[in-house]
Amino acid sequence: MIQVLMFCLLSFGIFRIAWKGFSKVYFNIMLGRDEHVSGNKGKRIQQMLLFALGQKKMFERPVSGIFHFFIYAAFIFTQIELIEIISDGISGHHRIFAEPLGKFYNFLINFIEILSLLALAATLIFLSRRNIIRLLRFQKPELRGWPSMDANLILLGEILLIIAIFTMNSADQQLQILEPNHYPSTGRLYLSGLVTDHLNSFPKDYLVFMERAGWWIHVLVIYGFIIYLPYSKHLHIFLAFPNSYFSRIEPRGSMSNIPEIENEVRGMFGLATQEIISPRDSFGASDVTELSWRQLLEAYSCTECGRCTSVCPANLTGKKLSPRAVMMSIRDRAEELGEFRREHKDNNAQDGKNLFDYISREEIYACTSCNACVEACPVLINPLIPILEMRRSDILMNSKGPSDWLPMFNSLENNQSVWSMSEARDAWKNH
Amino acid sequence: MNVPIYNEVVAQGGQPEILFWVGCAGSYDARAQKISRAFAEILTRAGISFAILGEEEKCTGDPARRAGNEFLFQILALQNIETLNLYKVKKIVCTCPHCFNTLRNEYPALGGTYEVLHHSQFLEQLLNDGLIKIHDTSTAPVTYHDSCYLGRINGVYEAPREVIGHLKTEIRELKRSRKNGLCCGAGGAQMFKEDEPGHKRINIERAGEVVASGSNKVVANCPFCITMLEDGIKSLDKQQEIMVLDLTELILENCV
Ligand code: SF4
Ligand code: SF4
Repeated sequence: MIQVLMFCLLSFGIFRIAWKGFSKVYFNIMLGRDEHVSGNKGKRIQQMLLFALGQKKMFERPVSGIFHFFIYAAFIFTQIELIEIISDGISGHHRIFAEPLGKFYNFLINFIEILSLLALAATLIFLSRRNIIRLLRFQKPELRGWPSMDANLILLGEILLIIAIFTMNSADQQLQILEPNHYPSTGRLYLSGLVTDHLNSFPKDYLVFMERAGWWIHVLVIYGFIIYLPYSKHLHIFLAFPNSYFSRIEPRGSMSNIPEIENEVRGMFGLATQEIISPRDSFGASDVTELSWRQLLEAYSCTECGRCTSVCPANLTGKKLSPRAVMMSIRDRAEELGEFRREHKDNNAQDGKNLFDYISREEIYACTSCNACVEACPVLINPLIPILEMRRSDILMNSKGPSDWLPMFNSLENNQSVWSMSEARDAWKNH
Repeated sequence: MNVPIYNEVVAQGGQPEILFWVGCAGSYDARAQKISRAFAEILTRAGISFAILGEEEKCTGDPARRAGNEFLFQILALQNIETLNLYKVKKIVCTCPHCFNTLRNEYPALGGTYEVLHHSQFLEQLLNDGLIKIHDTSTAPVTYHDSCYLGRINGVYEAPREVIGHLKTEIRELKRSRKNGLCCGAGGAQMFKEDEPGHKRINIERAGEVVASGSNKVVANCPFCITMLEDGIKSLDKQQEIMVLDLTELILENCV
């Protein structure tokens, strides 16, 4: 009874805290400018199934793809166990699904155990990739401090969770022999059963303690994870779905139009202008409020995997630009501004800072718009859009930008060509 | 050489089937001018009805837009669209993947919708239709470099390879190719500015892959890639051994 009470209170507290955390994330994403996404539902759903559910892009790098898949599959299937744990916790039963599901229950738990073992192997490999092999893409400056700790913490949590599952299941099987009325039969569990075989000399109290400890650790790790998620890159486990649904389906090579500027130029040439429903008075993005909510959703969906940075030609040749750092900075800035506005209870409050305090001009101007980052991202993030939007803001609103570009701009204005040449545009045919 | 100008053809009551979009590089850059001549030569030999806009052609605005200067982009794009719509142009072929991308993907939103082809796609059609023929002596292996704007951005990976495939030769792939192709370093208006601090230039990194591919001809499909690769190869002091060619030049060299 006490256990049931404890469990219910704890669950209530956890979900309250989690709700707050997730609401903040939602608030921060909605700092972004409105952008209407419509149509093409079929294509969008397909995109979501293929890339979020099916993890298609993860398999482009087969080794990490497969190991990540183990963790992913184990995570999904453990949710069934979680449902049982919560049901048990609330009702005070033990393994509430075991009897009704019978043989299928045995199959299910065995399956989860196998996945958990594979996930354990993957977790160890991922930990060593970050901390022993020190894969280049995990050693970039933007990962120093909290981001690498975040990654390691979750991997350690995962190990703890798997150990808890095996402890619980192995002790449980021995208890099923000692007290079959209390502990419904799960049938033989092959992996944890190997441990059970060594437990027959253990006293009953000890086994009960093992089983309960495993159960509570399981619950606590999962609950910890839930409140931790809004602060972690692991938010991608949820956000990958909406993100791939809302991801851009327009051709990669087209930049978004700015109708206000189009109209101004049309006016200059005496051409018919178009009606703009909600005109903007600033162009490009100098802060998260000028990016669309879609780009902020992308920033919150970023897994910090660095696949984008590892193929970025600028980063590969030692420039400061890292598309991953761009996405991480956008999230950091959204966090900061969101916090500020909530504190001041004012949805328009400004703190005097902007995105340029996080992302330098040196970074945005090093981009070749090659789209390698866009191609590489497993969750369909487009780091190029914010880079180009920041350029737009810098050039159109601040009249800044590399001075090297001035001759090109002048020449385009005066000669309608990137170079100023004295010869005619078609003189090449006579050379 | 004789290259028809659109307004002259129209003035005489004609309507060219194809508009050959030359682009700034093709018009003014000494190296790229050779590509323009080679392509015009192929079109002439194949008996295609085509013309160029000449003085009426303006930069598509790609570098201005990527540099963030939307105002300048709109000025250029809207003028080009006026011209193209005035002549009721239906089909455009470009020798530059940046022009190709902007005309194909960005002009429709501004009221300019045309059938736009990159010259690799058009050459593929000409070869498949037998309008140009390649002699069947075998030639040394060639390496192919995917440009970002044709490849990754517009998904055209096969057409240029098909074109090279018409030659009796082996195509060597670079270490990073197709969707993993490495940029030459010129896109996003980088062509027109100095690099930010780093430990290497991007074109030298790519040129290193070209050298490693072991052939002495590398074929590209973009005038900016060609400049970048030539510079890179020169920096590695391999300009005596490795030649950088446009697809058009490779075909013209091997035409019957
Ligand atoms: S588009 Fe820009 S940021 Fe992305 S990989 Fe290319 S150079 Fe790097
Ligand atoms: S943007 Fe995509 S590829 Fe880059 S770190 Fe984030 S999730 Fe990985």
